[in-house]
Amino acid sequence: MKILVCISNVPDTTSKINFTEGDTKFDTNGVQFVINPNDEFGLTRAMWFKEKQGAAVHVATVGGAQTEPTIRKALAIGADEAIRINAEPTDGFFVARQLAEVVKNGGYDLVIAGRESIDYNGGMVPGILATLLDMNFVNTCIGLEVDGTSATAMREIDGGKEKISTSLPLVIGGQKGLVQESDLRIPNMRGIMMARKKALNVVEPVDAPKPTQDQKFEKPAAKGPVKLVDASNVAELVNLLHSEAKVI
Amino acid sequence: MSVVVYTESDKGKFKKNALEVASYAHKVAQELGGSVTAVTINADDDASLGNYGVSKVLKVSNSQLDTFNAKAYASVITQAVEAEGAKVVIISSSADTKFLAPILTAKLNAGYVPNVVSAPDSVSPFVVKRTAFSNKGFAHTEISAETKIIGVSNNSFGIHENSTSAAVEAFSPSLGDSDFSTNSVEVDKVVGKATIADADIVVSGGRGLKGPENWGMIEELAEVLGAATACSKPVSDLGWRSHGEHVGQTGKPVASNLYIAIGISGAIQHLAGVSASKTKVVINNDPEAPFFKAADYGIVGDAFEVVPELIEKLKEFKAQNA
Repeated sequence: MKILVCISNVPDTTSKINFTEGDTKFDTNGVQFVINPNDEFGLTRAMWFKEKQGAAVHVATVGGAQTEPTIRKALAIGADEAIRINAEPTDGFFVARQLAEVVKNGGYDLVIAGRESIDYNGGMVPGILATLLDMNFVNTCIGLEVDGTSATAMREIDGGKEKISTSLPLVIGGQKGLVQESDLRIPNMRGIMMARKKALNVVEPVDAPKPTQDQKFEKPAAKGPVKLVDASNVAELVNLLHSEAKVI
Repeated sequence: MSVVVYTESDKGKFKKNALEVASYAHKVAQELGGSVTAVTINADDDASLGNYGVSKVLKVSNSQLDTFNAKAYASVITQAVEAEGAKVVIISSSADTKFLAPILTAKLNAGYVPNVVSAPDSVSPFVVKRTAFSNKGFAHTEISAETKIIGVSNNSFGIHENSTSAAVEAFSPSLGDSDFSTNSVEVDKVVGKATIADADIVVSGGRGLKGPENWGMIEELAEVLGAATACSKPVSDLGWRSHGEHVGQTGKPVASNLYIAIGISGAIQHLAGVSASKTKVVINNDPEAPFFKAADYGIVGDAFEVVPELIEKLKEFKAQNA
């Protein structure tokens, strides 16, 4: 089995978000970038397929040279080789078109991406990619088993979960549950040394339209101070929720 | 020109978000000078959509579609959009709709913007406001593609009545084997209980509750309020509660009218995930907990004393206002 894990290079979850250039750009100043958490769960599941089922695992990202430390981290965790498509990932459809090219040329059986990146939250790359290549697709995937060419996936739904049966070639939009938080791996020194020698191929993007453009960003409006209610006067909270906030 | 809206139903009944997206579609159609056509799949009371500004319903009745199937549903909506010659499609942000949305986007070669929180800034050019950076910011995004798909955030635009008379027409899309290559085997879903996605009120517990055995009062508070239960990331990582209840940046987003956080300190990732909730209440014994800066109402106190008291007071309130 040949697996491609799609990686997005995103600000660490603890990052404070600011904008620059007249609120038209995300301010990367002082921001630590990491593997998108939803992708990291998928990468870790891919490592399991490598170790237990002998799968080959490649990673791909669409991004500039500044994303290479994040890609190297994926190699240090255990991916065999990496591909960087040298373009700014400003639109989900555009990114999916770039990855589709990689998947087509590489003959992958299984593509694991995150359900969404935690920065731009488009949540469309895996589904568009699957549809462009006529591959099967399961979103918000929290469990995946592959046996030959058949696959069983668990999907998170509103208020529960759903077991899905499908077949390879398959694209997954993954999230926590594919593996547990405690299964995530921190690269060790040997992994980091080996990652330096692994192939990181840079390819130029294919021509593709960008159907959406972010014009301007803004931060949420500042909130007023909290209204404190004394612990001995809980009835007052009920009263405020009813007559002031009007939510009960 | 018509605006097509996909109005989701569950066992024949329209979901709350169906009425919200219909209301949104009506607003967009007004601005574009068109009318709203809804697509329904195995729904019962199609004509009721007229109350929310829908003037035509393409009604699909097909037992193959009784269980949600993203590829097949996307195929149905694609054919409806093509039949109507529509250039704007409005959908919700439910888990099912977010599953079918990218398939629909690729089939229609459209520009798709999810998590939209208000009526379009403008329709020419077409610009919408959406959340980004996991609710830590907003983006104003232009859709330049000819066909536009807008995913409306839950509980953001609201449900607005616009009385119209909806003409219901049967619609029979053609579906083939390739539409059913990914199939549901089994659905494991809580019944008769509010879900985090749909609930008006969400009651959430954190590590301050000390252990899973103490969740009884959270469940009881939720029951009194008709609320869904949720939890913080550490609680789900520790296995006290299922992952499905984890809310925050890497869990589920919450956009309820009321969010009550009990024993949750308020890490930046958690606050981001619940920021779309309209009123936030925090109960925590640490007055320095960051959540107090993000909340509307707060009680500094021991959850094991405050929560049972709150349950009592709410029961009294319910009895008086019943």
